[in-house]
Amino acid sequence: MLDGIFIALLAMMVVTALAIARLRSLFAVAMLTGLFSLLSACVFVLLDAVDVAFTEAAVGAGMTTVLFLATFGLTRSREKITPKDRAIPAMVVAALSGAALLYAFSDMPAFGAADSPVHQHPITEKYLVTSIDETHIPNTVTTLLASYRGFDTFGEVVVIFTAGMAVLMLLGRCAREREPDQDRREAD
Amino acid sequence: MPTLQEQHVVLRVVTKLLAPLIMVFGLYVQFHGDFGPGGGFQAGVIFASAIILYGLVFGLDAARAVMPPKALRLLAPVGVLLYGGTGVLTMLLGQNFLSYNAIDPAHPAEGQHLGIWAVELGVGITVASVMMLLFFAFAGRGKVKA
Repeated sequence: MLDGIFIALLAMMVVTALAIARLRSLFAVAMLTGLFSLLSACVFVLLDAVDVAFTEAAVGAGMTTVLFLATFGLTRSREKITPKDRAIPAMVVAALSGAALLYAFSDMPAFGAADSPVHQHPITEKYLVTSIDETHIPNTVTTLLASYRGFDTFGEVVVIFTAGMAVLMLLGRCAREREPDQDRREAD
Repeated sequence: MPTLQEQHVVLRVVTKLLAPLIMVFGLYVQFHGDFGPGGGFQAGVIFASAIILYGLVFGLDAARAVMPPKALRLLAPVGVLLYGGTGVLTMLLGQNFLSYNAIDPAHPAEGQHLGIWAVELGVGITVASVMMLLFFAFAGRGKVKA
């Protein structure tokens, strides 16, 4: 039953990806990438990674789609036709990187294997068993992110803040907010 | 613009119904992140998406009236400072940066709980304000030129 749902979801993701590659209208592509994110969020839920699914659904399907659509409102929304002579190098690159990924994938332990490093390392015991006594917080993901890996998360927040400020500096405040002569003064 | 927006009666009614629910759900994910799935990052994006949905349907000016970009520009660093401030507080209490045990040395678990609550709130505030600012920055550019 679960396998059937998995196969159906993954098949839909492949179909969505093929449609994205073929479409020229970028508005449709933006909607389909949102659909792709939603499908992968469903896969994450089936894998019991609910926190990741949350993020994927909110950021991938929600935020990114809206930002894409807003951007296409400012630029062209049709993809340029790629010259035919670039098709072969592109296919070679795609095939090579796909082959490299498959080759690397063969090294990974089987899904859910009990003897994989992630289940054998002593830190797993510490995080999954001891953390509840140390913090009384049932959601280990939260404990990990905010306490054991508090420095990393602080860095992430600073990255989000910096990225947001950088985008604001590049795109600027909207033109209505600034006076026309202010533009000239800044140009001097 | 109002004529175009007045046509979408279904969208407007559904948005009015959904936006408050999405905001409450965002707050739930924020403050219940210790016990269920979620946390500051997800909560921030969910909360921001409610305002973005409102802005998409009712226009940017309506959304800016609810969440003034000036306030958001102040709130974005406040979240980072709340996170960093928690770390500095634990240092002032005599332990390492972000060692929440220092908040309540008698009950380390309580201190951990409080500390995690504070930093998650900081994450949520920064993420929500940055997401809304990004939306305003992108969506506000095109139509103003006219």
